[in-house]
Amino acid sequence: MKNIWAICKKEIKTYFTSPIAYVVITVFLVLIGFFFYSLIWWFNSQSLQMAQNQYYYQQLNINQMVYSPLFHNMSIILLLMIPLLTMRLFSEEKKRQTDELLFTSPISVNQIILGKYFASLFVLLVMLFLTGILSIFVFSYGNPELAPILSGYLGLFLVGAAFLAVGIFFSSLTENQIVSAILTFGVLLLFWILNWASYSAGGMWKSVLNYLSFFQHFDDMTRGILDTTDVVYYLSFIFLGLFLTYSVIQSRRWR
Amino acid sequence: MIEVENLTKKYGDLVAVKNLSFKVEKGKIWGLLGPNAAGKTTTMRILTGYLPATDGKASVADYDVFEKPNDVKKITGYLPENVPLYPEMTVHSYLNFVAEIKQIPAPQRKEAVEKSVEISGLETVRRRLIKNISRGFKQRVGIAQALIHNPQVLVLDEPTIGLDPAQIIEIRQLIKSLKGKRTILLSTHILAEVTQTCDGVVIINEGNLMASGSLEELTASFKEKEGIVIRLKKGGKSIISLLQKILGVDKVSAVGDEFKIEWTKGKDVRDDITKLIVDKELGLIEMRPLAMNIEDLYLKVISGGVEQ
Repeated sequence: MKNIWAICKKEIKTYFTSPIAYVVITVFLVLIGFFFYSLIWWFNSQSLQMAQNQYYYQQLNINQMVYSPLFHNMSIILLLMIPLLTMRLFSEEKKRQTDELLFTSPISVNQIILGKYFASLFVLLVMLFLTGILSIFVFSYGNPELAPILSGYLGLFLVGAAFLAVGIFFSSLTENQIVSAILTFGVLLLFWILNWASYSAGGMWKSVLNYLSFFQHFDDMTRGILDTTDVVYYLSFIFLGLFLTYSVIQSRRWR
Repeated sequence: MIEVENLTKKYGDLVAVKNLSFKVEKGKIWGLLGPNAAGKTTTMRILTGYLPATDGKASVADYDVFEKPNDVKKITGYLPENVPLYPEMTVHSYLNFVAEIKQIPAPQRKEAVEKSVEISGLETVRRRLIKNISRGFKQRVGIAQALIHNPQVLVLDEPTIGLDPAQIIEIRQLIKSLKGKRTILLSTHILAEVTQTCDGVVIINEGNLMASGSLEELTASFKEKEGIVIRLKKGGKSIISLLQKILGVDKVSAVGDEFKIEWTKGKDVRDDITKLIVDKELGLIEMRPLAMNIEDLYLKVISGGVEQ
């Protein structure tokens, strides 16, 4: 545990002494702010229109009309940003040959991977935490339900964590950071598109594609539905990503 | 302290190290000598647990490198050929990080960092970013990093590469000052380094062991004749015949404006030669021993002329 923490601490420091974390977080927040603004603006105008009709007015739901689409937007922006967070984790070590220090120190490969992974999770948490500012506004001027927001955030965290696990895997494959980012981006995009393909597919394929897609599992959570299968899906994805990373690193050393 | 037995490493079809065996005794500095691509770095990487070997055995302080890698890593300090530095960290925070991953317990960590900063002479740059310090200091940070957990064994891969002459001397002195307490294996292709810092040498070429032993042993076994080289103000054939008349001298030859004088090992005729030069007023400019030095030995070994 101590070793994981040593690696993690160093990686977090690296994130925040280089511009990467700041740039990624800032761009993420600016985009989310813009989405939030337009969603709130739209919700506002809907409210004004519906104000005459008591029945429709009752139907307005800020959770469904603002938060649910906002969470979806956030997940897409995460898809674009996370490859940039993970690309350097192992690629850079290999390129600079600093991996020689890590692998000749009395710490295990597992500890190195987990330390790096937790550091990237920390940056993800910071990103998500900072978007909480938006909710302060919503709660001070409206009365949304808290539970679906929390489950939405949990969903976002799981999605992001799965993205990071994919990213760290591709980072272990190549010493070129750009290649690592592009591969991560491509695979994440593919899993996103699987969702669309499932609309046109039929029978068993439909359910298989549906199950594999990142976003199907996420959709429920943005609406406040917490299903263990969804959580298990993400956790197994994370496990697979980290396990593959471990295999790549071990096989490289044995070749 | 360091034992390598029939070590073989293959990268696909390429054999980097072939049946290599050698031993380094406790408290000694040994040089691993060979031309580029001889297998020096591979050998060191195997010893430090970075790479597994294809075949054979290696052990450090009686711990098998393959069976107990963590025990070996705990007592071994390693300076790779490319110093593993994080340019965005300061020297201090880098050493602190290394201290942590080398398992130095928190209470002793500060002292360990202080000590390695002191030994390696990094006091003036400790608060600076590694990317902003000079090549020589980077190399010192590399040595500090290898020393931080007070290892019994040091493996240094080309510790003086890329340094200027003054820095090379400093680093060599630093390495010599570590002698005794630690067992050191250093690789180099600079021959002078071996004669100046090492007690023994392992010469490898293309993954094969060419020779190994202490410096005296090696030079003695390859040397049948002793000699000197002299340079005089006067020249000419007459001097050769003069020198040849000295009792015990086997061979005199002119090399450029110098004369090479050889005699059978054990019959030192240096006094006679000096006397002759003074008596005949030949004007001595330079006189140096023609010992079969490590350079000759190395070239001979590498070219395959001698095998042990």
